[in-house]
Amino acid sequence: MSSVMGMPVARSSEGPWRLGWRRLRRDHVAMWSLAITLLFIFIMLASYTGLIARNWNAEVAASYAEPTFDKVTNTDIHSPIGIQRPEAGPPVDISDIDPLAPRYQEWRERTAKIQAVQAAQAVRLPLGADQWGHDVLAKTIKGSEISITVGIVAALLAVFVGTALGALAGYFGGWIDTLLEWLYNVLTSLPYILLILAVAAVFSRGFTTIIMILGLTGWTGIYRLIRAEYLKHTDRAYVRAAQALGASHASRMFRHILPNVSHVILVQFSQNVVGFIKAEVILSFLGLGVPVDMVSWGTILAETQEELVLGKWWQLVAAGGSMAILVTAISMLTDAMRDALDPKLQE
Amino acid sequence: MNLSTFVMRRLLHMIPTLLGVMLLIFVLFNWVGGDPAYILAGKISDPKQIENIRTQLGVNQPYWVQFWIFIKQVCTFDFGRSWATNELVSDVLLTRVVPTLTIMVPVLLLETILAVLFAVLVAYVRGTLTDRMVMLGCTVAMSISFLVYIIVCQWLFGFKLGWFPVQGWSDSFITNLVRYAPLPILLAVMVDLAPSLRLYRSFVLDEMNHDYVRTARAKGLSENTVMLKHVLRNAAIPILTNVGIALPGLFVGSFLLEVFFSIPGLGREVVESVNRSDFPVMKAITVYLAVLTMLTNLLVDVLYRWVDPRVAFK
Repeated sequence: MSSVMGMPVARSSEGPWRLGWRRLRRDHVAMWSLAITLLFIFIMLASYTGLIARNWNAEVAASYAEPTFDKVTNTDIHSPIGIQRPEAGPPVDISDIDPLAPRYQEWRERTAKIQAVQAAQAVRLPLGADQWGHDVLAKTIKGSEISITVGIVAALLAVFVGTALGALAGYFGGWIDTLLEWLYNVLTSLPYILLILAVAAVFSRGFTTIIMILGLTGWTGIYRLIRAEYLKHTDRAYVRAAQALGASHASRMFRHILPNVSHVILVQFSQNVVGFIKAEVILSFLGLGVPVDMVSWGTILAETQEELVLGKWWQLVAAGGSMAILVTAISMLTDAMRDALDPKLQE
Repeated sequence: MNLSTFVMRRLLHMIPTLLGVMLLIFVLFNWVGGDPAYILAGKISDPKQIENIRTQLGVNQPYWVQFWIFIKQVCTFDFGRSWATNELVSDVLLTRVVPTLTIMVPVLLLETILAVLFAVLVAYVRGTLTDRMVMLGCTVAMSISFLVYIIVCQWLFGFKLGWFPVQGWSDSFITNLVRYAPLPILLAVMVDLAPSLRLYRSFVLDEMNHDYVRTARAKGLSENTVMLKHVLRNAAIPILTNVGIALPGLFVGSFLLEVFFSIPGLGREVVESVNRSDFPVMKAITVYLAVLTMLTNLLVDVLYRWVDPRVAFK
């Protein structure tokens, strides 16, 4: 602290976070993973604030426009894809069989007065278009916004619940621990996916609901680890010393012990983000995730099964690929962080 | 402590957990889930009809009576009939479990054998380029959504190349196993292999650093004997735990596979009953799966003793 104010101080030993960061910086794979993760978060924020992909819902292209890098619109070529009128035959008098025939001429004149402008629609786009002519690039970005938000917010919730309960159980022990262990046993005696589906069955679909479902069912892993850490730390000398100085329970739990277990929390957090992004995709695919007016990687992938049969592969590659890149980056970053922040590993 | 005392004590410990599971399910489906009469009566509902259904299901009774009814249902295996198809819930469970196991038992066997085999091989060449490439491949493979695997492989092997039927199921076990099951099994093994391989490799590596491995080498034992008889036997304990954790999941199977390949198994039943708000089926599947999970955990603990005589029951 003092060095920040410019005062000369005795060189203090390096904190675990700075040490971890120094180790991490030497790891090229970790740095690349971090860069990719930050890029995705940056794109997500840009999409969130409306800088990009705001009009993903606009029908800017022909249905299933193919992916390419040169922009071609239907004003450039004569016949727009899909619309081909049959040649008109010779005029016939059909007023005997068609009672409306006498009025055709009048209608034709009236329609001629109305100017119909056909909007310029691209027939080719960088990542192509979907069934309704939405730009797949914009749609994937918009989808990443929802998917990553769900992953991060649900992971924050799970980490918060897991840490709080784990700290309580490990620090106090006794009946609190017994009660929380019972809750843990109850939740883990069901296969995780069945638990999620059972909860999803009774709540209405929605953006907040899916975050709540994932967050409130996914805290058990981190609870277990934090509880074990608190069991270990509660009787350590520094916590006893804090007690002797008159630190309250809350102060000992969160000001003294928590910083010493925070590396576990960080690693668990990024692991949960990955798990929840994957879970959101599957739930949205099953129609139990985000509502129908939102787009996420899961809802995009749900469309791709039929598209693939028609030979339209680009949405699958765009959504599946961007998800795979992000998840790979976060997973590798997590592995590197686990090594870099491990206090047991020496320089 | 001998085996029977250990098993008895563990069974007694299950009672509070099971009560907790039942309470959780009860709160979800009887309290949060809303009035089932409206779900059952559908869109056109006259008050008399709703009152009838409510009396029939006992939902106008106080909550503790309803919970007692639920406990009785669990103990007697009698959950009544499905709200959606009017089938007996017990029939639903018994008929759906066979297709799921037809897929999942081969998956578990193949996956475990392959993962252990590869893990020993990769751990043996640890630190080399091969090892690093395999590990990188695993990380990337784990990052691709299961959905993408299914969509692509079903299209490629089923539709485009025609090696397997795209989907379907028959009444004959042999036909199912030979004709309809291979592609889903292949997919599940492919997807489950990467995480297991990574995990088992770390278990094997942990063992390889021990002194007994050096001793075994010093005695002049062949590498095969060292790896397969000494290292693998010790690594078997954490591997067994992992397989034990995976066992209960066997019964829900891979519900995604069942949905995509139209396999009439428990997993697809769960998804369908969620979509149809078919609460009796959901409740029954959830409760019995919890029981099954607890029993498999017990079985795994007993197996430890068999694999590793140093483990004491406590």
